[in-house]
Amino acid sequence: MMTFIWIGLMLVVLSILGLLLRIFWGPSIPDRVIALDAFGVTLISAIALLSVLFGTGFFMEVILLIAVMSFIGTVAFSKFIEKGEIIERDRNS
Amino acid sequence: MKVNDVVLQTAAKVVFFIILLFSIFIFFAGHYTPGGGFVGGLLATGAIALLLLAYDLRTVQQLLPFNFMIVVAIGLLLSIGMASGSIIFNVPFFTHAFDDFYLPLFGATSLHTAMIFDAGVYLVVIGAAMTIIQAIGGDS
Repeated sequence: MMTFIWIGLMLVVLSILGLLLRIFWGPSIPDRVIALDAFGVTLISAIALLSVLFGTGFFMEVILLIAVMSFIGTVAFSKFIEKGEIIERDRNS
Repeated sequence: MKVNDVVLQTAAKVVFFIILLFSIFIFFAGHYTPGGGFVGGLLATGAIALLLLAYDLRTVQQLLPFNFMIVVAIGLLLSIGMASGSIIFNVPFFTHAFDDFYLPLFGATSLHTAMIFDAGVYLVVIGAAMTIIQAIGGDS
């Protein structure tokens, strides 16, 4: 059982390395933003596998926290790319 | 150019309450499991920042009509009031007390005065972070 989890962890780390390549050499900015979003998802799965390995449930809050922060960060980046400003003063004027 | 982002606004209406509930959970869980006032306050700030991203600054100010600097002051007042309240009972500064109470919905609950201090930290973190966000994001 632990062998499978170690293999899964190695696969997740390999995908993180592939995402790092996309973040470093992404041709455009949206490529890098999407790679960062997927980086958050793979980080979540890596933490889940690590918490199984350590045999503790104390990392569950960290998983939800990274999900929330990754979502907010991706929304902020996409709004910056689309509109050029992140927080508008008045939307209807 | 007017952009109509219905998907973001509808998702923000739902996700805001999920993040706020998670923030309150992580605030109350701070005594026995990881969490506490700081992380809870930052998560609540994240929820308000999501509303700021989906809507605009004026809508959120109408929704939460607080001056966030006063929120900082209330948080500091809670913390210092808890810390100096122990002087009244002739024990050293910052001495905490707890007792078991029977609450109608929760059953036997242990209430601790460290939670008041943590509520102060929560309010200070929310107020400081929201003041920074509003001061930076306001003028463009």
